[in-house]
Amino acid sequence: MNAANSDLWTLVLGIFTLLVVSSAIGYLLQQRLPTGKSNAAIENLNARIKAWWIMVILIGLAFLAGRIGVLLLFGFCSFAALREFITLTDTKRADHWALAAAFFVVLPLQYWLLWERQYGIFSIFIPVYAFLLMPIISVLRGDTERFLIRIAEVQWALMICVFCASHVPALLTLTIPGYEGRNVLLIAFLVIIVQLSDVLQYVWGKLFGRTKIAPSLSPSKTVEGFVGGVASATLIGAALWWITPFTPFQAGVMAFVITMMGFLGGLVMSAIKRDRGVKDWGHLIEGHGGLIDRLDSVIFSAPIFFHIVRYWWSAT
Amino acid sequence: MRSVIAKPVAAAIVVFARAITAVRAIWPNDGIPEGQCVYFANHSSHGDFILVWAVLPPRLRRRTRPVAGAEYWLKSSINRFIGRDVFDAVLIERDREKRARDPIEVMAEVVDSGSSLILFPEGTRNQTDAQLLPFKSGLFHLASSRPDLQLVPVWINNLNRVMPKGEIVPIPLICTVTFGNAMRIEAGESKENFLDRARTALLDLSPKHPGGNE
Repeated sequence: MNAANSDLWTLVLGIFTLLVVSSAIGYLLQQRLPTGKSNAAIENLNARIKAWWIMVILIGLAFLAGRIGVLLLFGFCSFAALREFITLTDTKRADHWALAAAFFVVLPLQYWLLWERQYGIFSIFIPVYAFLLMPIISVLRGDTERFLIRIAEVQWALMICVFCASHVPALLTLTIPGYEGRNVLLIAFLVIIVQLSDVLQYVWGKLFGRTKIAPSLSPSKTVEGFVGGVASATLIGAALWWITPFTPFQAGVMAFVITMMGFLGGLVMSAIKRDRGVKDWGHLIEGHGGLIDRLDSVIFSAPIFFHIVRYWWSAT
Repeated sequence: MRSVIAKPVAAAIVVFARAITAVRAIWPNDGIPEGQCVYFANHSSHGDFILVWAVLPPRLRRRTRPVAGAEYWLKSSINRFIGRDVFDAVLIERDREKRARDPIEVMAEVVDSGSSLILFPEGTRNQTDAQLLPFKSGLFHLASSRPDLQLVPVWINNLNRVMPKGEIVPIPLICTVTFGNAMRIEAGESKENFLDRARTALLDLSPKHPGGNE
């Protein structure tokens, strides 16, 4: 067994233990309630733990299947996220072909470029080509009503759900000297830090939360939760340096950047939900709302994490 | 032969519809209406009854048949296969001049045999900007000939955006199917009164925000 595999197994064992412990805590909390009583917070917690199990199993299976498995998993995530996003936009009939192209041409091509390791075109395909071609397809139908809003919505949906999300599996294309064959652990690092930071902010907020940090966007987020969550996720990131190509200090800085981007991304996506008048993006994952509700912080931190690693660590 | 491949084809169509729309049912507070029902829904796409059919629990789905226009579903052999063999549609003739049988009679007969129906009281696909077209009188005549029937309003949201008129490629969008509480015709209720009540019950289920599925 090589080092990459043994690190992966240590990680899997750690996550598994964490999930078993949280499932046990969730179960005990449920049992401690007087019979016939129910508590919304505990029910929500148990639904979340169940969803984490599913996420961990899916990501684990994708890792087992290798590069193709990871690409398929995130390709599906992009599809489901794009479907949630477009559902909430006010597109018109004239956008039909542009939307069809977004789902059935742009999305598969973006992931195919990753498969082919065509980094150059991968990084500009959506920001340049899709950006110019989508409004051209829409304008050919001659409907100018709310035109700028409609094309901007479709472009934003593609940037967020396809372009940004595809930077998670793009981590597999980096060539880091001394880290060969272990890139999958970079994905694990990113996803673990983002998810833990979300959970820790929630826990710190529940325990010590007093001061609202963004009352008009996300009334449940507090300064205490934010500071506690970011600080503890940064420390955990530093402690996970052994699965990364970073030193403990660098790993901590990376985790800090990831959590900050994740937090701010969460605020941006909340603002979009408020604008559209919905509480959740969808209902795909029980207890978590839609897929974007879970992915929003990953989506914002993935491209930044990717480019920092690519600039300072990758040989390509 | 036809009946052998009809079942897998039905399953494949439902899987495809779910993959595109991730369709989700929203049931009324009283829970899923049990027993024999006439589900009456808004109509904007040929796929409407597939979504209603897909979200019904299997025990109810097995005995639920869509009511559809014979002109369209007998037009070609593929339409005939999907309409009659796959979805076991109750085909009614809409053209008053040419038809051999009264649609109400046909529907009542199917109801008497124990089946539930999916009915589109607008009579045709709504391709206007209006949320809902005025109801045809069919629902009223069926309800007055079988006054004990439970009538369940069903709002299908977003499917018209998935595949607008004249388009051939469906856009993946999340659809919801909202069921209301069952209603019945009241003794001596006038046609206008009843249709108005049914139409309001259906409109009450429509979402307040165009794209919203809350």
